Amino acid sequence: MSVEGAAGRAAAAGGGGVAKARLLYDPRFRSWAFQIALVVAVVLFFFWIAGNAARNLQQANIASGFGFLDVRAGFVIAETPIHYTDNSTYGRAFLVGLLNTIIVAFLGIVFATVLGFVIGIARLSKNWLVARLATAYVEVMRNIPLLLQLLFWYKAVLAVLPSPRQGLELPLGVFLNNRGLFIPRPVMETGGGMLLGAIGIAALATYLLARWAKARRMRTGHSFPMLRVGLAIMLGLPFVVYVLAGAPITFDVPELQGFNFTGGKQVSPEFTALLLGLSIYTSAFIAEIVRAGILSVSRGQWEAAGALGVRYGRILRLIIIPQAMRVIIPPLTSQYLNLTKNSSLAVAIGYPDLVAVFAGTVLNQTGQAVEVILMTMAVYLTLSLLTSAFMNWFNARYALVER
Amino acid sequence: MKTKLFVAVMGAAFGVTAAASAATLDDVKSNGRLSCGVSTGLAGFSAPNDAGEWSGLDVDYCRAIAAAVFDDPEAVSYVPLTAKERFTALQSGEVDVLSRNTTWTMSRDTQLGLNFAGVNYYDGQGFMVPKELGVSSALELSGASVCVQTGTTTELNLTDYFRANSMDYNPVAFERLEDVNTAYSSGRCDVYTTDASGLYSIRLTLPSPDDHMVLPEIISKEPLGPAVRQGDDQWFSVVKWVHYALLNAEELGVTSENVEEMTSSENPDIRRLLGAEGNFGESIGLEADWAVRVIKHVGNYGELFDRNVGPDTPLGIARGLNALWTEGGIQYAPPVR
Ligand SMILES: N[C@@H](CCC(=O)N[C@@H](CS)C(=O)NCC(=O)O)C(=O)O
Repeated sequence: MSVEGAAGRAAAAGGGGVAKARLLYDPRFRSWAFQIALVVAVVLFFFWIAGNAARNLQQANIASGFGFLDVRAGFVIAETPIHYTDNSTYGRAFLVGLLNTIIVAFLGIVFATVLGFVIGIARLSKNWLVARLATAYVEVMRNIPLLLQLLFWYKAVLAVLPSPRQGLELPLGVFLNNRGLFIPRPVMETGGGMLLGAIGIAALATYLLARWAKARRMRTGHSFPMLRVGLAIMLGLPFVVYVLAGAPITFDVPELQGFNFTGGKQVSPEFTALLLGLSIYTSAFIAEIVRAGILSVSRGQWEAAGALGVRYGRILRLIIIPQAMRVIIPPLTSQYLNLTKNSSLAVAIGYPDLVAVFAGTVLNQTGQAVEVILMTMAVYLTLSLLTSAFMNWFNARYALVER
Repeated sequence: MKTKLFVAVMGAAFGVTAAASAATLDDVKSNGRLSCGVSTGLAGFSAPNDAGEWSGLDVDYCRAIAAAVFDDPEAVSYVPLTAKERFTALQSGEVDVLSRNTTWTMSRDTQLGLNFAGVNYYDGQGFMVPKELGVSSALELSGASVCVQTGTTTELNLTDYFRANSMDYNPVAFERLEDVNTAYSSGRCDVYTTDASGLYSIRLTLPSPDDHMVLPEIISKEPLGPAVRQGDDQWFSVVKWVHYALLNAEELGVTSENVEEMTSSENPDIRRLLGAEGNFGESIGLEADWAVRVIKHVGNYGELFDRNVGPDTPLGIARGLNALWTEGGIQYAPPVR
């Protein structure tokens, strides 16, 4: 023991250099040191870029900084989901553009998904005509550049629709013309809250019922006519409350005044064309993804279910699609990201999305290209990351359920 | 367009020397060509003609500058720019001069790093409507859908005018001129608004021009002129004095036809302009006969106006404010002295 102690002391005495060298070769230390050095380098690099940009702009006498966001915008935007007038600020205009982008991207994703699943399943149909039609749809839609499709839909929408004065009057106070689709806008009167409550209760009841029905089916194998009962609850309860509460919701009906309709809610041709174009284009890609996903599930699954006497629709819905989902979701995520980014083509058909409003008009009125483009890039990056994160979560859930 | 902006942003971020510090005249000379920013097609101002060559009032300014530098009006590369792209293109050095119906405003002059070299066309914003709309004044336009190009002064004037007259409107805004034109001709909007000169030009491109009229109201001041980058005084002087040479030549009666004879004129004003006396060309980095070259190849301002937009052209625009100060207009150039 005393020998060991002496040796240890000797090593410690002469080992300052050795210990340092040992630290240098310690893989844990090395990996940490590299990570830290990298972070520092990246941060310094961005500082350098920012400083350089500011200096260059100043030298060229170009205004810089983010102060412009508080300045009055002074221009009008066609579609404003939140309150906005020409007296609002550039910052507010940014929000309006952002919301318009989110709205069209979100609805586009919903429609493209539904359409894509239908077409993808139709491509595998045993009905020759249906399968061929679906194939033709996919090949045409995914092979024509999106910009052309958007311009086509926009021109088609405008060419088909008449001017406001010769516009079509549809039932229920709906008007259709080349300024858009005008629908009555619901206005809450007193007691409207009760109606909202009724809708909420109906939704909750439907959800609970669906859970119960599923649990029962798992346990006993008895199925329950969920669709019919659910619809009856969702429509029936609010209707009864609406009548009992003395029609607490009135409608602001659009009216032709001078050139255009006022009142009501307007769905513009620009929005319609963009939504159509984005949904249809992306649905063609989604259809292929769905087809590939379904084909990836082994034939044995079909045959086994078929042998048990399960109907085609049920096999697809309960056995095949759930297994196909884990193949479908990752590429589906890319399509959602593409759709969101593609929505920036809105500028070509006059829909006021983020790029048109902010990277367009605001950039030009302020001249602050660097700031505006950076903010715009940051938005698309954030939207993409959020979509990815959500889809990853969704994917993880499916992966766990898989057997 | 997006790549252009992206390049500019990256340029600002990484560029170590800003484009503005360059000596543009030397660059132009060593390239052997002038890079000139024009519109994507506005007949009379800058548009390709039937032979596919760029022509128009703004294009003639590009040609005049090239003539002054190279004695060759054809030594120009034209870069068509939308309203939105134009300032970035100039700032980033993609074009040497912007000659594209661009309004001189204080913010553009002071916050975008630009210098306006003069006003080659005094304009104002107007409205065009289909005759069948039955409107005779802009004040009857409340509630109308208005087609407008983004990235223009037009967009802002429009808002101010409607607000000042307590009227509402629905903007329908596009980035490309073509798309605004299509939207208007397909009936998406009731009204088209831009510079009055632009309206005259665009009206002629519509399927049936006679069915449309320009309303009498002019709602803004739009002094249009060529612009250069700040921080290069020599180049600024070249563009400025080419403009003044065009005006002075008209005032002194020097035309593309008589310019050669005029070089032996007794009139000292003419002698100085044409380089027979003094060393004015040298003082802006050009040859002594710089102005002769300009006038020989493209004519004086009056010739240029008449040829491109004047009463005998399809546009048929009267000189009005753009007449010389001696003729009741406000075009006025400092003397060569
Ligand atoms: N003078 C206004 C408007 C200039 C402008 O861009 N006008 C439009 C309509 S007349 C145009 O020339 N567009 C042609 C193009 O985008 O190529 C400005 O400087 O903002």
